[in-house]
Amino acid sequence: MLQVSHLRKTFGKLVAVDDVSFKVDRGQLVGLLGPNGAGKTTTVSMIAALLTPEKGEVLVGGARLAGDTDPKKRKIGLVPQDLALYDELSARANLRFFGALYDLSGAPLDKAIGAAMDLVGLADRLNDLVKTYSGGMKRRLNLAAGLLHDPDILLLDEPTVGVDPQSRNAIFENLELLKSRGKALLYTTHYMEEVARLADRIVVVDHGRVIADDTLAGLQSRVAIAGERATLESVFLTLTGRSLRD
Amino acid sequence: MSLIPLSAMVRKDLQLFFGDKRSVIVSFVVPIFIASFFGSIFSGPSRSGEPAKIAVAIIDQDGSAISTGIVAGMQADRNFKVTTPPEAEARDAVRRGRLAAAVIIPKGFGDAAGNAFFGNGDKPQLNVIFDPSRSTEKAMVSGIMTQHVMESVSKEMFGGAQGRAMVERTLPQIQSAQMPDDEKRALVNMLSSVQQFYNRQPTGGSQAAGARQGITMPYTVHEEAMTAGSNIAYNGYAHSFAGMAIQFLLFAMANMGIEMLLERQRGLWKRLRSAPVSRFTLLTGKVVSGAIVSLMILLVCFAFAMVVFGVRIQGSILGFLGIAVACALMASTFGLLVAALGNSPATARGITTLAVLMMVMLGGAWVPAFIFPAWLQQFTLAVPVRWAVDGLDAMTWRGIGFRGAIAPAAVLFGFAAAFSAIAASRFKWEEA
Repeated sequence: MLQVSHLRKTFGKLVAVDDVSFKVDRGQLVGLLGPNGAGKTTTVSMIAALLTPEKGEVLVGGARLAGDTDPKKRKIGLVPQDLALYDELSARANLRFFGALYDLSGAPLDKAIGAAMDLVGLADRLNDLVKTYSGGMKRRLNLAAGLLHDPDILLLDEPTVGVDPQSRNAIFENLELLKSRGKALLYTTHYMEEVARLADRIVVVDHGRVIADDTLAGLQSRVAIAGERATLESVFLTLTGRSLRD
Repeated sequence: MSLIPLSAMVRKDLQLFFGDKRSVIVSFVVPIFIASFFGSIFSGPSRSGEPAKIAVAIIDQDGSAISTGIVAGMQADRNFKVTTPPEAEARDAVRRGRLAAAVIIPKGFGDAAGNAFFGNGDKPQLNVIFDPSRSTEKAMVSGIMTQHVMESVSKEMFGGAQGRAMVERTLPQIQSAQMPDDEKRALVNMLSSVQQFYNRQPTGGSQAAGARQGITMPYTVHEEAMTAGSNIAYNGYAHSFAGMAIQFLLFAMANMGIEMLLERQRGLWKRLRSAPVSRFTLLTGKVVSGAIVSLMILLVCFAFAMVVFGVRIQGSILGFLGIAVACALMASTFGLLVAALGNSPATARGITTLAVLMMVMLGGAWVPAFIFPAWLQQFTLAVPVRWAVDGLDAMTWRGIGFRGAIAPAAVLFGFAAAFSAIAASRFKWEEA
């Protein structure tokens, strides 16, 4: 569904992403792991057409994206790391606006809003101002905004930052449901247990390059700990090192 | 270009603007309040036709007929509010800014002025103490006082007791004066004629004195304010509302630009850019919503001025609307420029506040541009606010027809096009 081939992006002298390739199939959740500054968000930004890669390509359903108004962008839904919502508007007004960006209007838009809010468990708060929402509710609404146009591919950039365990669990259930509906999910996070629970495959990046692309079991088998199965965190630290990243 | 995303962007921006009560108050109520205040100051004479009086003190240390006449003339003048405190008190009042000026008529002024009137003596001094921060009022005091001094001195010299005594005293002195003989003869002849004139006049009595006239202004002035028509008075509120409305719609649009920077900080532009919407649609949506808000600010301000202060569009209504739309677009694209050139909301806020204040000051929104030096007046032609204010003035109190709106509107549309082009070329489209 989503194929990333040999992506490269630099900012001045900094090589943010270098020769990154991986793919995400239908009904699959791929975890994109890496320390701070490893190139995760830059990679997601290039897939969402927010940044233009200097090299490589992004294939959506086998075809390259061509320009800002390419209809294939409808196949992609973005859930950014920031709470990209208008606090001063109601959830309904937010979703009506984000839906209209995908040419949705009238009854189809209302139906999409209802479905997305049902999924994230916020249907009863549809008319409330977003600024009255808790942090966890905003995170779920952030997810709903990315689902409105029913994309085939969902890009989730650290979607559980700062939420309580209940909201996090609710988001996990939403994502598992979406996966079961055949969506292709790319999930970036720092939380190892999230990836361990959700991911079908894990791509580890560091210094802009892919250093591992495997299943959880495959990654665990790379690190030998006597008599015990290695945790994902120990695998991650073995792969990326223990030095602090800024 | 699909209209659904465009109209959604406009609707969302309007919802955000009108949902923020503070923003609405600052954009609509504050300009009306400030424009009303400035309008009341710059509206000229009050409805009774009385000009604002200049507070002046006169200290008459002479007590002569001439000095008494000067004081009476000043007191009767409609331009002055005259008091006669002691000198020390007057000096203190000027120092504290309670009086614009104080005039001290020194002892012996009347006699000396009489002598000097016929060119046979040193000119006495009138002491004028003034507040240096009110030099315009000092100039008015000096000018108007000259008239009263001349009137009082000439009145006394041509028939007053002081004039008679002065002529009788002067005639015998002429022979010993150092001047050519022919000049002595001419002066003696003139003063003898004056003496004969005195002898025909009745002496003393208030009626006789009241009938005498000194030298008066040999002309009167007919003043005609060049407004929209001969029977239409100048309405200072028209200018102040134009200036303040422009100022606050620029502030509102600068704020819109800063909001765009905040939207970027909050990741909202990532959502916008990830959608299949063109850059043109994204920027046009912002320009349209900004222009609608700007136009509303301008029209609401003028509607208030019309209802409450009787401001009228004495020129072309179509021209007024054309300039209003051009102003709205200019302001809206200015907001876009702020978003395109600003690095962060905090730095953009400081710089745009300064930029807007400079534009409105130089554009004549606070005080008319004609008081600026000539070079500055030329420079302000490069400031869009100048064209906006001049254009709105032309359509309101100046009563100029549609043709008068073409140049200001065209220039404002030109500024809008330039701002848009710069903004589009400098806008940061990549969202890392």
